Amino acid sequence: MNRKIGQKILLSVIVVSLLFITGMTSVQAQPKTIILATTTSTQDSGLLDVLLPIFEKKTNYFVKTIAVGSGQAMAMGQKGEADVLLVHSPDAEKKFIAEGYGINRRLIMHNDYIIVGTSNDPSKIKGLKSSSEAFKKISSEKTLFISRGDNSGTHSKEKAIWKVAGINPEGEKWYQQTGLGMGQTLNVAAEKKGYTLADRGTYLALKKNLNLDILVEGDAILLNIYHVIEVNPAKWPKVNVAGGKAFADFMVSKETQDIIKTFGIDKFGSPLFFPDAGKKEEELGK
Amino acid sequence: MDDRRWTMNNKDYRTIWSERLGMNESGPILEARNIEVKRGGTILLNIPFLSIEKGEILALIGPNGAGKTTFLQALSYLLKPFQGEIFFKGQKVGSGQSVFEYRRKLAMVFQEPLLFDTTVFNNVASGLKIRGMKKKEMEDRVVEQLERFGISHLSHRSAKTLSGGEAQRTSLARAFALQPEILLLDEPFASLDPPARESLVEDLERILKLTKTTALIATHDRLEALRLSDRVAVMNRGKVLQIGPPDEVMNRPVDEFVATFVGVETILPGKVVKKNGGSFLASVSGKEIEAVGEVCLGEPVILCIRPENVILSAHLSKETTSVRNVFQGKIERIVPFGLYQKVQLGCGFPLVAYVTNHSLEELSLTEGKEVRASFKATAIHVVRKGESWKGF
Amino acid sequence: MDLIFEGIKKAFWLIITFDPEVMGITFLSLQVSGIATLISLFIGISTGVTVALSRFIGKRIVVSLINTGMGLPPVVVGLFVTIFLWRNGPLGFFEILYTPTAMIIAQTVIATPIVMGITLAAIQQLPQKLRLQILALGATRLQMVWILIKEARLPLLAAVMAGFGGVISEVGASIMVGGNIKGYSRVLTTATVMETSRGNFEIAIALGIILLVLAFSINFIITQIQQRERPR
Repeated sequence: MNRKIGQKILLSVIVVSLLFITGMTSVQAQPKTIILATTTSTQDSGLLDVLLPIFEKKTNYFVKTIAVGSGQAMAMGQKGEADVLLVHSPDAEKKFIAEGYGINRRLIMHNDYIIVGTSNDPSKIKGLKSSSEAFKKISSEKTLFISRGDNSGTHSKEKAIWKVAGINPEGEKWYQQTGLGMGQTLNVAAEKKGYTLADRGTYLALKKNLNLDILVEGDAILLNIYHVIEVNPAKWPKVNVAGGKAFADFMVSKETQDIIKTFGIDKFGSPLFFPDAGKKEEELGK
Repeated sequence: MDDRRWTMNNKDYRTIWSERLGMNESGPILEARNIEVKRGGTILLNIPFLSIEKGEILALIGPNGAGKTTFLQALSYLLKPFQGEIFFKGQKVGSGQSVFEYRRKLAMVFQEPLLFDTTVFNNVASGLKIRGMKKKEMEDRVVEQLERFGISHLSHRSAKTLSGGEAQRTSLARAFALQPEILLLDEPFASLDPPARESLVEDLERILKLTKTTALIATHDRLEALRLSDRVAVMNRGKVLQIGPPDEVMNRPVDEFVATFVGVETILPGKVVKKNGGSFLASVSGKEIEAVGEVCLGEPVILCIRPENVILSAHLSKETTSVRNVFQGKIERIVPFGLYQKVQLGCGFPLVAYVTNHSLEELSLTEGKEVRASFKATAIHVVRKGESWKGF
Repeated sequence: MDLIFEGIKKAFWLIITFDPEVMGITFLSLQVSGIATLISLFIGISTGVTVALSRFIGKRIVVSLINTGMGLPPVVVGLFVTIFLWRNGPLGFFEILYTPTAMIIAQTVIATPIVMGITLAAIQQLPQKLRLQILALGATRLQMVWILIKEARLPLLAAVMAGFGGVISEVGASIMVGGNIKGYSRVLTTATVMETSRGNFEIAIALGIILLVLAFSINFIITQIQQRERPR
C-alpha cells in the first residue's frame, strides 16, 4: 500500500515538473511579451503580418496578437489583460478613454466600409450617396440584410448607420445576425443573396469567390478609422507599459506609415489602408 | 436444532494421523483458532478450532451460505477483517510471519477459472512471474504442469478460446505450478458439465496423491467429497457441525442436519422403551425398532437409517433371519435417483430404500404394492439428543 | 464541390512542398495534443484504477462526477482556464496565458476525465473475483494493480484514442487560452477556424484534410495495436 502511494506521489511530481518546465521555457523563450488586442479584420487584412516582424526585430519584443472583436478587445483592456489596443470603433474608444482605461489614443490609418449586395439589387440602392438612405430602403423593402452582430468595429458602424436612419432592425425577419467574422459574414450574404456592410479590405480579398457588388460607397460615415490606444497602467500595474508605448510609437512612425501607404497595391491594385498619423480625426474624408 | 459444542482430543488425533500418514511431524501444518466473521450483525463464520495435517485432503461440505467460501478466504487472508488466529507450521501468521509471506505459500482455485487474457502457457506461468522466477526454471515447471493436466497441446492457445474443462485445468495447473504448501479449492468443479467434471476429479485425485499436497476443498457435492478426501467437515450457518473421515460422517452423523445433508434418507424420532444390554428398543410411531447404543430408558433418540442399508423383499411371510427389524409396508412412491430408484415406503413410519433397476424389475415393485423391508440393528445410527460429540 | 477538390489539391501541395507554416502548425498540434494526452493518461489511469478498486463513502458521487466530466464542454473548460490564467487571475503570475503551455493545460483538463471514466469502467468490468485470484497467486497490491491494467488493456487503448481524439480536434478552448498566435500557438484546428472566417475556404479545407489524415493515422496505429491483441 505504501509503495502504491509512493509511486503516485512520484508520478504527480513528474507531471507537475513537466508542466512547470514547459511553462518556464515558454516564458523564458520570449524576452518580453506585449499583448496586442486588435480586431479580426485588422488581422485578416494581413497588415500585421508585415509590420510585426519588423517591430519585433527592431525592439526584441514578442507581440502576442489576440484578434477578437473591438468590443472584446476593449473589454480586455478594461481588465488589464492587454497592453495595447489597435481598434476601429471610435465611439466606444472615446468612452474607454473617458473612463480612464486607456491613454494616448493616436490615429493610425483609415479605410472605408462599403455596402455590398447581389448585382440585381432588389432594393435599388446602387449609387446612393447616403448610407442611411440605403438602409432605409432596405428596411422598407424588407430585403435580407446580414449583420455581423458581434460588437466588432464593423457591427458598431452598422448600428450607427441604422441609428442615423432612425430604424431599429432588431427582431425583424429580414435582419439576420451571424456573430461571425467579416469573411464568413460576406460568404453568408453571398449564399443567401442578402445585403451587408463590409470593410473594403476584406471584400477585396474575397471578391473573386463572392457574387457581390459594391453598391454604396464614399459616404463620410462609412469611414473606418483606426486608433492605437495604450492601456492605462494606473488601473492595472501588471500592464507592460514600456512595451505598449513602444508598439504605439512604432505604429505612428514614418517608416510604418509608409509601409501602410503601399500595403495591398500589388495584390489588389489599390491600397487597403490610408495612413493618417498626426492628422486630426475631423480632417479625414474631406 | 440446539447448538452443539464439541471438543478435540488433540493428542490422540495427532498420533493417529501421524501413524496414518507415516510421518513424524511435530504438529499440524495449519491451525485456525476462534475464527469469527460478522457482517452487519449476521455471523458468517464461527469456528473455535480447526487443524489440518500435512498431506491431508480435507473436504468442506455444506449448503450454500454455510460459510465454506468465507472460511477459505479467511484462511488465505483474502477476506478482511476477521477475528481469530491462524498458525502456519506452529507460527502465528501476522506476528512471527508476515501475511504476505504466508499467502505465498498457499494457492487458491475458484469456481470460475479466472484466467488472464493471454496464452495458456502464460497463464500457468503467471504465479511464477509474480514471484520473479527465472525464465528457464519457470518454463520447466510450466511444461511439467501442462503435461500433468493433459493440456500441453493447448499451450499457445488464447485463454479466451478454451472450453470450461480446459480452462479449469489451466487454473489448476497455474496453482500447482506454485508448488503450494496448502492448496485451497472453492467449489472448483461446480461450473463444469458432468463428463468434464468426472475427468477432472479423477486427474486431481491422482495429482494430489502424487504430490502429497495438503488440500482444502469446498464443495456441495457429497460424492466428490467422499471420493477425494481423507476427512470431511460438514458446515452450516458458519459453524463446523462434524468433522471426521468420510465413512464416519456418512454413517454416523452427529445430528439431523448432518444426517440429511450426507444423504441419510430415513430419520426417525423415537423414545427408548426397553433396554437389553448393548441394544435397545425404540418406539417409533407405535412400532418398535431395535438399535444398538448406550441409552437410558425413556430417553428421546433419533434413528438414522441409510437407504442403502434397507433391504426389500417381495415375500410377505416372516422368514427366520438374523435381521431383527422386519416391517411390512406399502410403496408410496418410486423416484428415479441417479443410478438407483428411491423407494419411499410407509411402514407406520416413513422408510426410504434404494434399489437398482434390476431389483425393481425382479421384485416387480410398483407404487401401491405391499413389500417387506428389513434392516440390521447395527446399521442404524443413533443420535442422542443433548449428546456432546467426543472422538476424532 | 470543386471547392473540396481545390481543397484536396491545396492540401496535397502544402504537404508535398513541406510548406513551413503548415508544417509548423501540424507539428505544434501534435506536440500540444500529444503531451496533453500523455499527462491525462498518467492522471486518468492512476485515478481511475484507484477509484475502481477502492471502497469509500461517497464513491457513487465521485463516479458520477467523473462520468459528467467526460462530457464536459471544451469551451467551458477553456473559459475557466482562461479566467485562472489571466494576468490578474489566481495563477496569473505564471504568465502562461496565450502560450502552448496553456493549451496543454486546457486540453489535459478536457482529456483527463475521459481517460478516467473509461479506465474506471474498464476495471469495474473485470470479474470481481479476479482481484482475489491475483492476490491468491501471491501478488503484492502493486502487482495486482498492474496485472489488472494489463487485463483491461483493450479498453484502455480505447481510452487513449478517445482522449487524443478529443483534444486534437478541440478548437474552442484552444483559441481562448492559446490566442491563435501565428507561429506560436496556432494549431490545425484554430488555423482552420481563422481561415474559414477570413473566407479562405481552400486553405481551410486543406488544413481540415491534414487534420483528418493526422487523426486517422494515429488512431489507425493504435487500433492496429489493439486489434492485434484480440484473441485469435
